[in-house]
Amino acid sequence: MSHIKIELRKEDVDFIKGVCATFNNDPQELINVLHTCQEHFGYLPAEIQEVVSDGLNMPVAKIYGVVTFYSFFTMTPKGKHPISICLGTACYVRGAEKVLDEFKKELGIQVGESTKDNKFSLSSLRCVGACGLAPVVLVGDKTYGRVAPDDVRNILKEYE
Amino acid sequence: MSKYSMHLLVCGGTGCHASESDAIVCNLRDELEAKGLMDSVQVILTGCFGFCEKGPIVKVMPDNTFYVQVKPEDAQEIVDEHIIKGRKVTRLLYRDPVTREPVSDSKHMGFFKKQLRIVLRNCGFINPENIDEYIARDGYQALGKVLTEMTPEEVIKVVKDSGQRGRGGAGFSTGLKWELARNNKSDEKYVVCNADEGDPGAFMDRSVLEGDPHSVLEAMAICGYSIGASNGLIYIRAEYPLAIERLKIAIKQAQEYGLLGKDIFGTGFNFDIKLRYGAGAFVCGEETALIHSMEGLRGEPTVKPPFPAEAGYLNKPTNVNNVETFAAIPVIILKGAKWFSSIGTEKSKGTKVFALAGKINNVGLIEVPMGTTLREVIFEIGGGIRNGKKFKGIQTGGPSGGCLSEKHLDTPIDFDNLIAAGSIMGSGAMIVLDEDDCMVSMAKFFLEFTVEESCGKCAPCRIGNKRLHELLGQICEGKGSLDDLDRLRNMSVVIKDTALCGLGQTSPNPVLSMMDNYYDEYVAHVTDKKCPAGQCKSLLEYVVNAENCVGCTACARVCPVNAISGERKEVHLIDPSICIKCGACIEKCKFDAIFIR
Repeated sequence: MSHIKIELRKEDVDFIKGVCATFNNDPQELINVLHTCQEHFGYLPAEIQEVVSDGLNMPVAKIYGVVTFYSFFTMTPKGKHPISICLGTACYVRGAEKVLDEFKKELGIQVGESTKDNKFSLSSLRCVGACGLAPVVLVGDKTYGRVAPDDVRNILKEYE
Repeated sequence: MSKYSMHLLVCGGTGCHASESDAIVCNLRDELEAKGLMDSVQVILTGCFGFCEKGPIVKVMPDNTFYVQVKPEDAQEIVDEHIIKGRKVTRLLYRDPVTREPVSDSKHMGFFKKQLRIVLRNCGFINPENIDEYIARDGYQALGKVLTEMTPEEVIKVVKDSGQRGRGGAGFSTGLKWELARNNKSDEKYVVCNADEGDPGAFMDRSVLEGDPHSVLEAMAICGYSIGASNGLIYIRAEYPLAIERLKIAIKQAQEYGLLGKDIFGTGFNFDIKLRYGAGAFVCGEETALIHSMEGLRGEPTVKPPFPAEAGYLNKPTNVNNVETFAAIPVIILKGAKWFSSIGTEKSKGTKVFALAGKINNVGLIEVPMGTTLREVIFEIGGGIRNGKKFKGIQTGGPSGGCLSEKHLDTPIDFDNLIAAGSIMGSGAMIVLDEDDCMVSMAKFFLEFTVEESCGKCAPCRIGNKRLHELLGQICEGKGSLDDLDRLRNMSVVIKDTALCGLGQTSPNPVLSMMDNYYDEYVAHVTDKKCPAGQCKSLLEYVVNAENCVGCTACARVCPVNAISGERKEVHLIDPSICIKCGACIEKCKFDAIFIR
């Protein structure tokens, strides 16, 4: 499991229990529960999974299995401005990999990592369905289209 | 709608949305407000028009003027010139790529000419967040007809006779699928809509859900009536927030109108729909995996039989259809099986939506009758290859499909022809490749995807694909041999024959089809250690052109590994055994004296 250890406050535990309750503590709603928790906390460390396990009355191992199976769920926190580079086929053939390399170079981190100040994190994703704008980069909720490696520095500047 | 004399339709699809179409709507409304035209001109945010390449798009009705690449600051000119003075803003019109003449009406654009829109009938015409607009275009009439005039058997017969085959990829008869689900007796059954469009480069389902969500809801209710189910579930990717939002609005409106819920049309038929979210797993497009995911489990597939029609969601009979399959159903019911089966080829009826992307001029969403040729799609609708490059291939069916070459250009597209050519229809992604794309790297790219998305349950997929990926990696690095090519082929065939589910059984398709169609390129990688497309970094060689080199030493100074030698004002030399091909020297050279071989 992850190396991150967090202390959950009482209100955090109550929040998770509350989420489970809104889904009738039904184990079949696990994925919906996890979506809601990740939206709130930003990620799903072991401690959160343990509370969910309690709330839905199912083994934490099963929950861990589900969290690690789906790429949408993460057990490590994302940066303040999460950067996602689309590596779908349409973006790939229009040079998304070079854009990704430029981000790695500029930020000094690899895919799946965050910068030391936790400002940016880098991830790749498969197709956001805006292939007309390929290659596409998402920073938070903002979409940048037709990104060239030369644009990377300017994009990052917007968040300084 | 009648109180308005003019409508401004602004595309709110994902691509245009990302290019600030929301701001265009705001600015247009502000301008109209300022000019006191709010009562006569209406601004509507619609679903995808399909012509994503030229987005954001604004269409003026009733005169059908089609403005492309509109910016928020163009709002004033559109209102002042077009609305008030009745003069078209020529600068924003689409220009014919050959004649350079402006074309004002979408009907006369190459991109739209050959299209036939059945599934996408409402996308770009109606406000997807307003059920009245869907109803105004015959929405929910098919459901009314089915519930009040037809027996479930009659409905299934129409769907069967229409010849529609599932648009999710496998192409199984929709009517037959419904019949199987109907024949299995149970106290509860489920209708599931597969909206887990995980195929990279595919955005058909997303556009339908964003542009015309009610067509899917209506069809699911029709299916529910036919098979005897009262519960519907839509399994949708969490990565599609806009589609989720519009579906939620649509479900709520349909419930308020009594078109979902209890006692629909006073016939005693109950049907309601809930959403289930995916969480990013390609394999969940496979119906058994999808069902497990909906049950809150890991999305791993199971062996069929039992088929979902026998024991699916919660072990109850379940009918799973794709978004596009559902979206055509209301039209089939209203216009009849005969009409639908008159479109298309002998064994593939109707139309198919394709997401056209890659190295093509007109990226976008298109719908054409089955039987249209690849040449028509690429060169007429798609407007040919970008930057005047040469066409090399087209990958159909996503990572599970194959890459077709020039010799397949005149193949009529349908389920069976694509399989015969070594590819598949898949969900309808089409990625066009040009002369700069390396077919070994492309195969490696697709395998990388399959390896990442393999659920790990069966060994052929988990281990076999990993090995394929490694072999392709070695070939790209110049470490492959002719024996490796045989190994690639043998292993691919074994994986195809032995993997558990659709993902594994189709994952070697890119490798096999690319080796079939571009074998010379594979041979060049292993025997000459050359990448003809110039993509594989390890196989490139950086060379100094002695004629251009003035000996300025700029390259030697920037080289991080000291691979460049030469005295001042003398021709320099790159030592290929030291060079790491970082490209820094080319960037620095002002005299074009370094080139890649």
